[in-house]
Amino acid sequence: MRERGGHTAVAAVGEALGAAAPNKSLSANIARFREVGLLVFIVLLSVGVQLRNPSFLTWENLNDIAMNTAILSILAVGMMLVIITRGIDLSIGATLALSGMIAALTVKEYPGASPAVALLIGIGIGLVCGALLGLLVAKANILPIIATLGMMNVFRGLTYEASGGKWVSAHQMPADFKAIATGSLLGVNHLIFIAIVIYIAAYYFIAHTRTGRQVYAVGSNPESAEVSGIRSGRILWLVYTIMGGLAGLAGVLWVSKFASAQGDTASGYELSVIAACVLGGVSIAGGSGKISGILLGSVLLGILNNALPMINVSPFWQNWIQGMIILVAVLVNALVKRGIDRNHLMRRRI
Amino acid sequence: MEPRVILGKKAFSFRSFFLQWEWMLVLLFIAVNVMNVNLSEFYWNFGNLRDATMSFLDKAFIVLPMVFVIILGDIDISVGSIVALSSVIMADLYNHGLPMPLAMVVCLAVGTLCGWINGLLIVKFKELSAVIVTLSTMIIYRGVAYILLKDQAAGKFPEWFNFLGWDYIGGIPFILIAFAVFAAAFWYLLHKTTFGRRVYAMGSNLTASRFSGVRTDRIKIVVFTLAGLMSAVTALFLTSRMGSTRPNIAAGYELDVIAMVVLGGISTAGGKGRMIGAILAVFLIGYLRYGLGLVNVSAQTLLIIIGLLLIVAVAIPKLKLGRASARRRA
Repeated sequence: MRERGGHTAVAAVGEALGAAAPNKSLSANIARFREVGLLVFIVLLSVGVQLRNPSFLTWENLNDIAMNTAILSILAVGMMLVIITRGIDLSIGATLALSGMIAALTVKEYPGASPAVALLIGIGIGLVCGALLGLLVAKANILPIIATLGMMNVFRGLTYEASGGKWVSAHQMPADFKAIATGSLLGVNHLIFIAIVIYIAAYYFIAHTRTGRQVYAVGSNPESAEVSGIRSGRILWLVYTIMGGLAGLAGVLWVSKFASAQGDTASGYELSVIAACVLGGVSIAGGSGKISGILLGSVLLGILNNALPMINVSPFWQNWIQGMIILVAVLVNALVKRGIDRNHLMRRRI
Repeated sequence: MEPRVILGKKAFSFRSFFLQWEWMLVLLFIAVNVMNVNLSEFYWNFGNLRDATMSFLDKAFIVLPMVFVIILGDIDISVGSIVALSSVIMADLYNHGLPMPLAMVVCLAVGTLCGWINGLLIVKFKELSAVIVTLSTMIIYRGVAYILLKDQAAGKFPEWFNFLGWDYIGGIPFILIAFAVFAAAFWYLLHKTTFGRRVYAMGSNLTASRFSGVRTDRIKIVVFTLAGLMSAVTALFLTSRMGSTRPNIAAGYELDVIAMVVLGGISTAGGKGRMIGAILAVFLIGYLRYGLGLVNVSAQTLLIIIGLLLIVAVAIPKLKLGRASARRRA
């Protein structure tokens, strides 16, 4: 609609300056081609690592990266929904640990139980945790950061209480529970398979259902969403519940993959998930974020986690590198947003 | 804590005076003490109580500037990492031959610098919330601490350094005296200076205060820098008490500190709350922890209790507000 108003003097100057992309500033182009940029960066990174260590681009290693990325990317879907509504969830590491621990304790007590039961228990506990958080955020109007910071400690404490401070280790888990993560379906590892299913479902949900679109509406302008008849409280509640359910699922997958459930499982993992989201262009200010973006963001983080040890970067640098990635990504996001806004202003008919 | 001073020029009414959140805290404080006395015979003992104060007061130094941060409507979750970084740098420099007094000055400088960086980023990138900025600097600062010290401990400080965390002046712990001095200074800054009034103004309406000529950016940077500086002060006392330091020191302090501030009646929406409430909350949570620790409540259960306390403290005023506004609408 604003495209037609582009023939102002300012825009003409812009056209003259930017031959490749008329009418667009550099930052606007970054926004448009963020996915391409991320992809190029991933390719360059892979080539660079491959030159240093030839065992990087082998089938086994790529499979390993995909398996490691699967859990991160599943969580990123939920986190994206939460961040789109202007929230943040710091409790998912604890939710993951709690549901993983309870699932592990269950299969330890009843070795005959089917893995599906463990999965259902994990997801159920995650859903309850998420629903509780959603209630605090949507009904009691508590800031998401405070609510999730508080509940993070509650969930983490409950994890220790449930296990009595002990670990559930590999020999206490039946083989078919561990097979949740190691087995494969149609030649694809279960973890990767589950992640793909979730991504397809999430894409359908946010792009093609009314509720999915309402999530964006609530995030980009809560007041007008409320005025246009969207029950934003319900949407918030739903979003945190989905996040909890995905964290519960991820908990079972995590415990099955590493074959051990501990009190401090996934402690601090929420930061990686948030990093994947902001890398993928999910705006912390709410209202925007794409499935393709967070997928690439997760893959990039997964590759980094895998590649840094391979090129002999000390593990003690990883914290710092991850923090810098988040910071740079949010700063670039902010600058890009400024560029877009300036661009819109320039194109406005005065 | 003269009530008339706090209330200012408003007419004195017993009802509104006793309905204040601070009185609620005093009642809670008494309740906690009564409970603790009944739980354990070792609780009500001057020596024990005095020494318990020494063990929880270290993080209380961060509570003071955090009151300012939350009144501004912001939040700073990087304080625990600043404690770790400044403590690790101090220990590292000392072990590399720098004299201890100089290392302590560097510790304070590092904390101040970290806080200043937070403030600068938040002011320069207004579209980013303080949450995400301090979230990333939280990881970065602790990351630097890990790079410097790997997962080792550093220590072997000179004998006199223990003074900060362990010694008494006239029977009163030094850390308590230091806290009292800082608390008085911050109370004065918040309630008796134009700086404090401006912080309140910015918390209730940032745009309006900017248009009324308040230098909002500068004040915000100062507040976050203060948070960094006081984190470094905490680092000094904490390191002295522990006798050594590691990169994972003070993990989770941000939660404790925010819980104390919020329990003290400072609204996370900004613009509301008083220093005295936060100071009461420090002692309330401190004695609660100490008493429950005496009867062998595990650290994990304490984690749950503190988490729930935080949620309840935030939820109660919201419920009251909700009812009041509903009545107004009806």
